[in-house]
Amino acid sequence: MHNFSYARAADIDGALRLVSQPGAQFIAGGTNLLDLMKGGVANPDRLIDITRLTALAQIHELPGGGIRIGALATNSDTANQPLIRQRYPLLAQALLSGASPQLRNMATLGGNILQRTRCGYFYDTGFDRCNKRQPGSGCGALQGFNRSHAILGGGESCIAVHPSDMSVALVALDAVVELRTARGARRIPLAEFFRLPGDTPQIDNHLARGEIITAVDLPANRWQEHSAYLKVRDRASYAFALVSVAAALEIQDGIVQDARIVLGGVAHKPWPVPEAATLLRGQRADAEHFREVAEAAVRGAVPQKYNTFKVELAKRAVVRALSTAASAEEMT
Amino acid sequence: MSLKVNQTVHELTLEPRVTLLDALREHLGLIGTKKGCDRGQCGACTVLVNGRRVNSCLTLAIMHANDEVVTVEGLAHTDGELHPVQSAFLRHDAFQCGFCTPGQICSAVALLEEHRRGPESADPLTEGAIREGMSGNLCRCGAYPNIVAAIREVGSRA
Repeated sequence: MHNFSYARAADIDGALRLVSQPGAQFIAGGTNLLDLMKGGVANPDRLIDITRLTALAQIHELPGGGIRIGALATNSDTANQPLIRQRYPLLAQALLSGASPQLRNMATLGGNILQRTRCGYFYDTGFDRCNKRQPGSGCGALQGFNRSHAILGGGESCIAVHPSDMSVALVALDAVVELRTARGARRIPLAEFFRLPGDTPQIDNHLARGEIITAVDLPANRWQEHSAYLKVRDRASYAFALVSVAAALEIQDGIVQDARIVLGGVAHKPWPVPEAATLLRGQRADAEHFREVAEAAVRGAVPQKYNTFKVELAKRAVVRALSTAASAEEMT
Repeated sequence: MSLKVNQTVHELTLEPRVTLLDALREHLGLIGTKKGCDRGQCGACTVLVNGRRVNSCLTLAIMHANDEVVTVEGLAHTDGELHPVQSAFLRHDAFQCGFCTPGQICSAVALLEEHRRGPESADPLTEGAIREGMSGNLCRCGAYPNIVAAIREVGSRA
């Protein structure tokens, strides 16, 4: 591993000051960053340890019934927090479907959002071509083994997918991310924080240089009675999604009032399907209508040589997740 | 830096890039904790930090200056009596080559504790919950059935 200097931040202002140095980067859980550093994909000159900023590890209620999750809350603490389990079972399910218990004990909310793609051509420096790792070098996946890659929102520059399960659920729950620099804070919907590769696939999201994620806010949950996270993968546990679906329904007297569908494993970011709400509002929650949402979800899909199966898989996963959500009981 | 491992505080001089795993093995001679993949995929390096199981290969030693680390060497009583999970692994022959065993045992100890403190603590730990809860520990000999049986036995006694 490339050597680096290490500094421990005592507070947010100190962390922001330290990270403004050249080649500096934050480290929290480290489960993705150290993996990338061992592979030579990430080579920071300085690591700024923010794990002692305990104020950022809190989870608490907001006025109006929402909840604030601090950026340093670990994935396991978040998944096991009673408020999250009761009010946001979709988020708890998504978190517990990701990684392993050991990793979830270290991985944080902020780091989970900022984790890099697991595209093999990005992750292995033995491959010459990766526009995300080496802008302008080409995309090894386009003509390579692209079974796990994007079918939506990709392009000639990059077909990598965002690997987070948690973020898929957070986008479905209308999460807002709070970002801070030395000059102040800003808040943007998490769905708009991520970006498509376009001509600059080396940029995963809209985090500015020197900026830190401080928290994610969830509005009061209307979906706790009818939500489901479905993850389809090559083995029963501890694998990244081929396709995942966060489904949430608000149902009154058998009629859908509102709906959210967000796909994971299919694009450079969690992929919302806004048509879910327009197609399902005022309808009965049944398979016929769910199939219309499934068709809308993959409209415009451009599969690659080895992942054509993802189109049908995504459609079936949408129907399955919506059916599960419709019949789900409130998690106790 | 000082690093507290198995109730003993050690003074160490380490480069920042030294992982907790390498500090344990190469600097403290605690070679019970194994280096398998060194990339957080196999679980052989699992140790307990402040009572929680983590992959020691994916964390820097320098980040744990104020933490309590427990390795497989620290699970048995000081009088030599094995930890219940260790005895159960012996009774159930829950290993073949033994390379993954220290990680399996540390992970199992934490899994049982998580269950004890969790919302389903009134119910016995099911086979499904054990398999899911141990999914971060690979065993290439395939000793999984006996590993599950060993954990299940300890879980049913708790």
